[in-house]
Amino acid sequence: MLRALRVRQTALAPLILLTPAFTVMLFVVALPLAFSLYTSMTPYRLIRPETLDIFIGTRNYVRLWDNAAFWAAFWRTILFLAIALNAELLLGLGIALLINKLTWGQRTLRTIMMFPMMFSPILVGFQFKFIFNDNIGIVNNALQSLGLTDRAIPWLVDAQLAMFSIIVAEVWMSTSIFAILLLAGLLAMPRDPVEAAKVDGCNSWQVFRHITLPFLMPFIFIAMTIRSLDVARAYDIVHVMTGGGPAGRTELLWTLIARVGYDNARMGEANAMAYVSTLLSIAFTVFFFRKLMAARRYMGGAE
Amino acid sequence: MAEISLKKVVKSYGRTPVVHGIDLEIADNEFVVLVGPSGCGKSTTLRMIAGLEDISDGEIRIRGRLVNDLPPRKRNISMVFQNYALYPHMSVRDNLGFGLKIAGQSRSVVAERVAEAAGILGLSDLLDRLPAELSGGQRQRVAMGRAIVRHPDAFLFDEPLSNLDAKLRGQMRAEIKKLHQKVASTIVYVTHDQIEAMTLADRIVVMRDGHIDQVGTPMEVFNHPVNTFVAAFIGSPPMNQLPAVVDAGRLRLEDGTTIAVPERLRARVRAGQKLILGVRPDDISPEGYGLMEDGESDRVDLLVDIAEPLGMESLIYSRLAGQEVQAKLYGPRLVAPGERLTCRISLSRAHLFDAGTGRNLEAE
Repeated sequence: MLRALRVRQTALAPLILLTPAFTVMLFVVALPLAFSLYTSMTPYRLIRPETLDIFIGTRNYVRLWDNAAFWAAFWRTILFLAIALNAELLLGLGIALLINKLTWGQRTLRTIMMFPMMFSPILVGFQFKFIFNDNIGIVNNALQSLGLTDRAIPWLVDAQLAMFSIIVAEVWMSTSIFAILLLAGLLAMPRDPVEAAKVDGCNSWQVFRHITLPFLMPFIFIAMTIRSLDVARAYDIVHVMTGGGPAGRTELLWTLIARVGYDNARMGEANAMAYVSTLLSIAFTVFFFRKLMAARRYMGGAE
Repeated sequence: MAEISLKKVVKSYGRTPVVHGIDLEIADNEFVVLVGPSGCGKSTTLRMIAGLEDISDGEIRIRGRLVNDLPPRKRNISMVFQNYALYPHMSVRDNLGFGLKIAGQSRSVVAERVAEAAGILGLSDLLDRLPAELSGGQRQRVAMGRAIVRHPDAFLFDEPLSNLDAKLRGQMRAEIKKLHQKVASTIVYVTHDQIEAMTLADRIVVMRDGHIDQVGTPMEVFNHPVNTFVAAFIGSPPMNQLPAVVDAGRLRLEDGTTIAVPERLRARVRAGQKLILGVRPDDISPEGYGLMEDGESDRVDLLVDIAEPLGMESLIYSRLAGQEVQAKLYGPRLVAPGERLTCRISLSRAHLFDAGTGRNLEAE
């Protein structure tokens, strides 16, 4: 039969060969996506399956518009993204620049730097929960031993401090991603333009500002794209460290969505939230990719 | 617009010395070419002048000022790199003007100098392009333009033409020479290509293994090489070098062929001395087909292995005393492999080198 196909229906051959791939895509991606989009337009509750059949159009979305808790989580997520990404960028860039200066032990240090990425985020969350614990945590212990304070600072209980603690954990875990990617950029960077700039009259800062940084921009945007998707879906660390508390003050989009969907069993509403948060992620990705394309345009002339 | 002086300059990496205390005086407006095989320390020397490499010992002065500990930006020199080293994210205009802008020049001065340099190098139509959109030759011109806009004390060229194809290299060579005439300036130029050295230099510095073997005008280096290395390195095709022993007032080659000792050197050789006879291919030619047949000469028979006709001249590959010898035939005459030719060896332009040290007997 195969031979018959080859001889008589060569025009169909590509379609037949593509069918398995399309089938997989259909069942794994397209159908679940369509189904979740549909459920976001129903009052679907996990404990009452029959609610799946009630179509309410965009009512879930309209309700979100007035949902203060949702918008608080939305803006808090953006703030979280902005602070975490920028802190990781600055720290990662600094680490990469320092390691790039090393002539001895660079490989070992590069490996050691990857350690935080090897731990499960859940465990990192637990570890920082202990570190920041107001009674037995090492942070308070250190501060008190050094005589900097004599009271127990409620790191995970105070709203602002809790957010700060979560960001510290996130930054600790993921700075190395920036460092690794930017170090790759630095290692790939041709030495000649830097030397040309030195001869052209630049001091170290000017070389960095006018030559090194523009060369690193594509790498920065790649790291930003990856990390913005990563941070926007932050759930595990927050869930473990504060559970979104105190009083919802560290609630991010995905902790809120999980709470609404699983704890409150209101899956339809949760799905509507998830779609909005997906749009947010897409917006970030598009933004960084645009920047990336613009920065890459001239890199063909680097060699 | 400045003289450069190197005194006992040493460069070592760890315990490994790569430049062994070289002395060199470069005069104002002089075009000096450092030439040598790769690894001879010529680029390192240039980079020490630029300030991109530390100086391990000795001193370098530019315009009389000691620059050993000055960073490159304080030396007022400019450099053209082998890989062009353009700033990929800047237009040609910004590449050219970058140094001036960093130096804090006003916008109008920058624009004026950029326009001037672009005019000299024929870049006026390319000012808004990015380096990625330029050809190799154009990029090289931008690199040169970036060097001249700053009106530096000296220009340093690090093998600037080695990434270009043969034809473009010839063109750019001529342009660099013109540039030196237009923009009077001190130039230190590094290359491994002896043709570039011969055609561009006021003075050639031949380097080997971190030492300077010879410094001289192209004609001095060509006509009076101090040793077998310089003799083989300068000139194309390279000088034939034949081991010989002084025997009864003649030079006896390994197969027993004898050639007269050049008259001017007779007093300097003694019987039994082991020497190397150096003769350029231009100075071995079939009788009646030589370029310069005047002067003292001797005869030798050559059996043609291969002949490469080049039009008005042919390069002849042959063997003498078991060694490959190249000879040149001037004139429109075809030579067949296997042909036996009686050739004249010009003795007045031949050299004798000590077989042990490789020194030219005439070198002081």
